Amino acid sequence: MDIVVNGVKETVPARTVAELVAEKGLAVGSLVVELNQQIITQEQWPHTWLQAGDRLELLSFVGGG
Amino acid sequence: MTTDDALQLGGVRFTSRLFTGTGKFAANAHIPKMLAASGSQMITVALRRIDAQAKQENILAYIPKGVTLLPNTSGARTAEQAVRIARIAREAGCGDFIKIEVITDMKYLMPDNWETLKATEILAKEGFAVLPYVLPDLPLAKRLENAGAAAVMPLGAPIGTNRGLETKPLIELLIENCVVPIVVDAGIGRPSQAAAAMEMGADAVLVNTAIATAADPETMGRAFDLAVRAGRMAYLARLAEESPLARASSPLTGFLDD
Repeated sequence: MDIVVNGVKETVPARTVAELVAEKGLAVGSLVVELNQQIITQEQWPHTWLQAGDRLELLSFVGGG
Repeated sequence: MTTDDALQLGGVRFTSRLFTGTGKFAANAHIPKMLAASGSQMITVALRRIDAQAKQENILAYIPKGVTLLPNTSGARTAEQAVRIARIAREAGCGDFIKIEVITDMKYLMPDNWETLKATEILAKEGFAVLPYVLPDLPLAKRLENAGAAAVMPLGAPIGTNRGLETKPLIELLIENCVVPIVVDAGIGRPSQAAAAMEMGADAVLVNTAIATAADPETMGRAFDLAVRAGRMAYLARLAEESPLARASSPLTGFLDD
């Protein structure tokens, strides 16, 4: 399925947000997920299904002033 | 002198008037040590796209409970982007504080006051404690205040320059005429400059680069704490007047041989 992750088009086998996070091996604690400009809380990841053309932002907090 | 000199901001009581930032530390492990040494109770963080290749640490894990998070909207070039970042930060559990930072000028990193005002109007209505980072401009500061900003954060000098209070006379206008707290943000490079900001009546200062890039950030954090406390104390004690001519501190009568 083709989706856009952090502005880059990708073909991913993942069907849900949780599967995508697992595929990418991302540290769960610090990860913030936005799907089509809607924030998806961690509890929602397993039952948030991905659709072709979805735009995902995978974000985290970093040092900044 | 008041016995309780705490700063009330966004419903939180701050006994330290030194706000700090998490940017530019050589290692994140310096952050909790700096916080302990400086007594700072508010610290900024930024939000960025994750880099799946680089193993990133969770910066929030280095900030002790009890220290208020101040997420910034750095990276935003428009009010809309700043609003989006603010909402994400709150959803992610960072609380209601937001530092609005909208920058389109990448050479001097000057904040875009107009976009910042627009974002403030929207976010204050949504219940955020909005701290807009701006160029010191009195009419704008009054508009921010009317829009519901929790404080106004004028820059002393461009971000990361360590040049101190280059905008001093303009910040003084804000201090004299605004009801909301004035927090001097950006450009403060030395504890003496932080003390000067507090002496002139700033309610707090935000210092990142000067602490984070010092050879010893922990000790520099302590130095800034002392400077901010000294400056605040001097402000409350009311500074003595300046004079163009000398005024003797010893009596001018009763000299020997008179």
